[in-house]
Amino acid sequence: MSVFKEARHLFHFAGLFVLAFLVFLVARHYVVPKSFGEYGHYRGAAIGEIAAHPVKFAGHQTCESCHSDVLDVKSKGKHAHVNCEACHGALAIHADDPSAMTPVLPDTAVLCARCHTASAAKPKGFPQVVPADHSNGLPCDTCHKPHSPAMDAGGAN
Amino acid sequence: MNISRRQILILLPAAAVAWKSVLAGTPEASPNYKMTDHWWSMLIDIPKCIGCGNCVRACQIENDVPDGNFRTWVERYHVTDENMVSPEVISPDGGKEGFPVAAEDAGKYFFVPKMCNQCADSPCTQVCPVGATFISPDGVVLVDQKYCLGCGYCVQACPYGCRYIHPEKKVADKCTLCYHRITKGLTTACCEACPTGARQLADLKDPKDPIHEFLKTHSVQVLKPQMATGAKVYYNDLDGSVR
Repeated sequence: MSVFKEARHLFHFAGLFVLAFLVFLVARHYVVPKSFGEYGHYRGAAIGEIAAHPVKFAGHQTCESCHSDVLDVKSKGKHAHVNCEACHGALAIHADDPSAMTPVLPDTAVLCARCHTASAAKPKGFPQVVPADHSNGLPCDTCHKPHSPAMDAGGAN
Repeated sequence: MNISRRQILILLPAAAVAWKSVLAGTPEASPNYKMTDHWWSMLIDIPKCIGCGNCVRACQIENDVPDGNFRTWVERYHVTDENMVSPEVISPDGGKEGFPVAAEDAGKYFFVPKMCNQCADSPCTQVCPVGATFISPDGVVLVDQKYCLGCGYCVQACPYGCRYIHPEKKVADKCTLCYHRITKGLTTACCEACPTGARQLADLKDPKDPIHEFLKTHSVQVLKPQMATGAKVYYNDLDGSVR
């Protein structure tokens, strides 16, 4: 009995440790998010939150489901593998509700030059022109049909 | 109502299963998407890149990337015969509005699109002190922006310079490989907008993906292989001078 009496201060100290540990466990339960550690050392719910970001580019499959007439022309031409929104811009708002937004036709004098202005850095086989010499500043759709631009394939406007 | 001991023994496990599904909470945003079925990567075909900057613009629109920061950007290399090891590299505004016309002088020019390499052994996720950045089970390096402190360790750790601190949110931001699109069956915004097919999203776990045939039949390299980052952005026909 005397042993316990003499070591009482140690038991008090041990009790304090146990209490602190319990407080730690309770605090941890409330502070650590529920999904932390679900897949690894991170918050599992974050994956779903990132996946919920809104889509702005509808994707060419969505465009083609309505504009099949354009697809028919385009798939036979040189621009068959250029997706719709590469030129027309992000149009998910239009795809969700066509009346919500009417796409604006791009200015071909600016748009075409982005890809087709001649530069030594571009691949040799890629069709390139010096716009000032080629068309004297006229918009490209004066002569070319943007969806099927090759002149010899009936692409002339 | 009288319930026998036998009925209770049958009902209890059923109730436990029901309670577990209640605790599990709401399912993922894309119900048909299974993370374990995918291992995402990207193929960049350098001979096809024309430096138009469509990918950079599309990424900024799709992901609300602030001006002056880039989740993807395009560099133009100019390598001369006299100096093969230190090329002249330019990337005006990330190549967003294209490049100045290259003069036909000595040496070679080519474009190199850059982005997060979605490393399988990423240095950036290893240094995060709070577990705010991680590799998802489908192989995409993501940032939990609610958990990020904005300390910038990951920005320093990335050997490719692919991360930045968002000027308004004050947290780390980077390419998510358009995680919100690929989980819905769409391709990334940069791939969607690329007019020449120089960028291709690839799923290494899909045996039908054309990436497998491409990797078998082409000289493909990753950036800084000596860093052993397990980079998953594969460059076709990459010049030795690219850093």
